[in-house]
Amino acid sequence: MDPAEIAKVIRLLESELPLDVECLLRDAAAREVGLSRTVMETIIKNVEYARQNRIPMCQDTGTLIFFLEGGFDIREAKEEIGEAVAIATDEAPLRPNTVNPFTRENDGRNLGRGNPLIHFDAGSQSDGVPRIHIIAKGAGSENASRTCMLDPDQGLEGVKRIVVDAVRGAGSKPCPPIFVGVGIGGSHDHSALLAKKALLMDMRERSRDPMVASLEADLLEEINRLGIGPMGFGGKTTALGVRAEWAHCHTASLPVSVCIQCWALRRVSCTVKNGRLILDGHS
Amino acid sequence: MGIPRELKTLLDEPTVRSLRVGDVVCFTGEIFTMRDQAHLRALKLLEGRGLPFDLEGRVIYHCGPLVKGGRVVSAGPTTSMRMERMESDLIRRSGVRAVIGKGGMGERTLSALQECGCVYLEYTGGAGALAAKSAKGIKQVFWQDLGEPEAVWVIEVEKFGPCFVTMDSHGRELRKGAFRP
Repeated sequence: MDPAEIAKVIRLLESELPLDVECLLRDAAAREVGLSRTVMETIIKNVEYARQNRIPMCQDTGTLIFFLEGGFDIREAKEEIGEAVAIATDEAPLRPNTVNPFTRENDGRNLGRGNPLIHFDAGSQSDGVPRIHIIAKGAGSENASRTCMLDPDQGLEGVKRIVVDAVRGAGSKPCPPIFVGVGIGGSHDHSALLAKKALLMDMRERSRDPMVASLEADLLEEINRLGIGPMGFGGKTTALGVRAEWAHCHTASLPVSVCIQCWALRRVSCTVKNGRLILDGHS
Repeated sequence: MGIPRELKTLLDEPTVRSLRVGDVVCFTGEIFTMRDQAHLRALKLLEGRGLPFDLEGRVIYHCGPLVKGGRVVSAGPTTSMRMERMESDLIRRSGVRAVIGKGGMGERTLSALQECGCVYLEYTGGAGALAAKSAKGIKQVFWQDLGEPEAVWVIEVEKFGPCFVTMDSHGRELRKGAFRP
């Protein structure tokens, strides 16, 4: 992959929302009244202005998280992506966001220890075609995310309580209306990854698994009954979408992770063909 | 929404006291970005030799702007609650008259607003590109050693808004009960 080409994709994801996200925002704006309506209109104006001018819609350009599926040379991909982030920091531009947690010193390039985070995976698709997904995760919403290790007897009701409590606790802080990624099962670390991966899915759709689909639908309804509304000013839309991803877990465990995402769900997916990135449909 | 009332910096106490929860305003003049690390440093300096800038009558903005080539590219608000443990002290010691952020603040800040004649307002979170449109230039920057997001940027703005008054200087706030941050 050409780092300059990856950097271009990063710029795109910072300045243009995916189609599902923008559609859901516009639908929500029509439902709200008063201050919450003004907020939704400001959000939409901002989305349009950022796209037209190709500038980051939010000053918190996030930390970039990469999901690579299929056949990649791990060492090569890491180098190319690191270089791409350095280019994007200059050209998108990205705000230098990564700091040393002890000294709070900013490395200025979004390339501090452990950054950018890259997850490699054999991929769920049987075609073996390499795919790359990128998400820009801002801190306002990431700070409201959590992982809990439930006891198995707490079951699905326990899972729902954790998710709804997380959203209620977050309140106005993560820039609602939010998106919620839920990770169920796996291990402690895997559940958090599943929750993040859930944010990569189309937010207008439901899981093909009926159990998961009904959980997603129930959670969305319950969250929107909270009434937190846009920016916490009250209203019908607290969440725009809820998606869940799951894995088998230890017989003694029931891990649950909730990944909270602000309205600006900035993500992009590409297929890699002969080293070139082909966008999997954006806005 | 009608046309927001335009407030020009510096602000005086009667102007701030005239603002009520639910008012929609915009700002023209200078605003100072201050977030986590700038609050920490400011409070430390206010105990000793003082600040290198005067906050009397000023507007501070919970924001870590994205700046490139001396221009503000994107500059929406950050979550104000992270500053809750520090804000009341900063208001009391610095004479700041308005705080802009997002998400609302807590009990301690609310009392300091009332006691000192200060106001808390919110700009739409995430609307950084649009916010930067009203930034006309960077007048000064302090504490760049804290890193770009945490430095204090003095930004000249023109009709920066809509900003909503969500906590006023009379002890009132927009979010009630369970909806408080």
